Amino acid sequence: MLRRQFTRLVGAGAVASTLPTLITAAQAAEPLKVGFIYLGPVGDFGWTYQHDTARQATVTHFGDKIKTTFVENVPEGPDSEKVLNDLANQGNKLIFATSFGYMNYVLNSAKKHPAVFYEHATGYKRAANVADYNIRFYQARYVQGVIAGKLSKAGLAGYVGSVPVPEVVQGINAFMLGMQSINPKARMKFVLINSWYDPPKEGDAAKALIDQGCDIITQHTDSPAPLQAAASRGVKAFGQSTDMAKFAPATELTASTDVWGPYYIKRIQDVLSGTWKSTDTWGGFDSGMLAMSPFTNMPPDVAALATSTVADISSGKNKVFVGPISDQTGAVKVPAGTTMDDGALSGMQWLVQGVDGKLT
Amino acid sequence: MTALLVAFLVSTIAAATPLLLAATGELVVEKVGVLNLGVEGMMLAGAIAAFATANETGVTSLGVVAALVAGIALALLFAVVSLTLQANQTATGLALTIFGRGFSALVGAGYVGIPAPTLPKIHIPLLSDIPVLGPVVFGHDILVYLSLAILAVVAWCIRSTHLGLILRAVGDSHDAAHALGYPVVPIRYAAVAFGGALAGLAGAYMSLAYTPLWAQDMTAGRGWVAVALVTFSAWRPFWLLIGAWFFGALMYLSLYVQALGVAVPSALLSALPYIGTVIVLVLISRDARRIRLHRPAMLGRPFQSRA
Repeated sequence: MLRRQFTRLVGAGAVASTLPTLITAAQAAEPLKVGFIYLGPVGDFGWTYQHDTARQATVTHFGDKIKTTFVENVPEGPDSEKVLNDLANQGNKLIFATSFGYMNYVLNSAKKHPAVFYEHATGYKRAANVADYNIRFYQARYVQGVIAGKLSKAGLAGYVGSVPVPEVVQGINAFMLGMQSINPKARMKFVLINSWYDPPKEGDAAKALIDQGCDIITQHTDSPAPLQAAASRGVKAFGQSTDMAKFAPATELTASTDVWGPYYIKRIQDVLSGTWKSTDTWGGFDSGMLAMSPFTNMPPDVAALATSTVADISSGKNKVFVGPISDQTGAVKVPAGTTMDDGALSGMQWLVQGVDGKLT
Repeated sequence: MTALLVAFLVSTIAAATPLLLAATGELVVEKVGVLNLGVEGMMLAGAIAAFATANETGVTSLGVVAALVAGIALALLFAVVSLTLQANQTATGLALTIFGRGFSALVGAGYVGIPAPTLPKIHIPLLSDIPVLGPVVFGHDILVYLSLAILAVVAWCIRSTHLGLILRAVGDSHDAAHALGYPVVPIRYAAVAFGGALAGLAGAYMSLAYTPLWAQDMTAGRGWVAVALVTFSAWRPFWLLIGAWFFGALMYLSLYVQALGVAVPSALLSALPYIGTVIVLVLISRDARRIRLHRPAMLGRPFQSRA
């Protein structure tokens, strides 16, 4: 576990000692300490990289009003609680825990440190001093599905996933629905590798899908390995979390990119102005937390369709999980004319018709 | 159906290559009576050396050379501690793995999440285009062929040459070899260095060809599987090849089966190659006679010259 601290060279204290008459109370106060814990290395060029990019954005935005600390490569287990407690004991007043598996440890740590505010990404449990926040990743999956529907000659796409949690299930289903909106006969296969970051295994999973006839690959894991595997087999693929085009410039169609910066800035501002509340945020395209990287390696009409799909989802015209939707057994899960609500979505554990394979 | 099988075989051969390279090296090491459990560490050192060098210079062949050097360097470290200073080989090997993991993570911290040039695949105009056979037999990258060539040379050398006889003598009775005037310790040094070079090469295959990336612990236990393979094959090169393909297939199968839509928990499938290793090792070691017949008698024992 590496630990690094970033401090501004010009601290508020130095200003205070030289210009005592000019300062206001806010400037003289100690900078707000904000901690971040990351699942992967900051250089994973995926999930953690995007969180750290957002952390850097907060530093740029607030300057010496805040002091940020991050701990990377924190496994989703009891160790994470220790790291959280350490951060709280070091005087961090706001802590962002940026992976699903930290959830229960965040709650434990929050109980011990009631004066510290915690923010947990992608979970569903809250407390008086624990807020949660997430991105509607499935909206981007739907857009990818639409592109796949246009480009897949075999009508068969492959999905490299991690573990069968609702977020992954939403992604698989949204991709399938998007693809079927163009090609009603489209089908999908998926492989779960039981890890969020394991490049050789991610690459192998992509190969297994391609070997079985999938001619378009999308991934819900964090390294560019599936994209590289697709490139080596000459099929197209999507990037994850961040624009991974530099790893496979002729292969990446687009990437769903996570934009955490504006949320982090808002929440830090809330703490600074004393208005922080335990909230439940689930932002999509409209909130600016989710974006698509440029549409490349596809004909202009497909890119135009993808752009208009993003616009429709952003404006609320397309709500993605709109009935009729049937599950794999053919049972109607979402009746015609209705839309799945967020509660049902966040507990999703069934696959839509057209997806091969079982959730286990 | 044929297309499915071809694709499966191509992927299996690729998955087996790092196992085969590392296991061939370990085979030679064990043949001279030395047990080096540091294969995983040497592979990781080779992987980061290859990736970093290829990334900095843009030349993949320099990366491969760097991997050889890194593997040999770690192997010589092992040799000094266990052969010259006569520390326990098992403990030294384990320490080497731990060292290799930590050291590669440290050096590799700056290389996570950046691309590097990839080892090119060979395309032989006519041969690679033969249906079925073409893509399976031709159309891999050079390290795949190199791994097979090295194994063939090692098998021939051990079986049919004077050098092989000396190696086996050192592994089966170092006192007798010493009495005949063979320099036991230098021969073991050379074998250990050869093992390190091949482990480094296996690492280079991981980070330059298999998954052209650097990630901490990216070999994910392949070094250990290679060590197990040597025992699994009962120190016979032909069975080493069969074993490497078997485990390569098993590693790949765990993901392949899922894509077929078979309802088996993914956590269980992930464990499949390791469960397979355990089962095979148990089955093999039931035949104690065969093990005794092929096992180098001096395996793991230190040599002390009394002359």
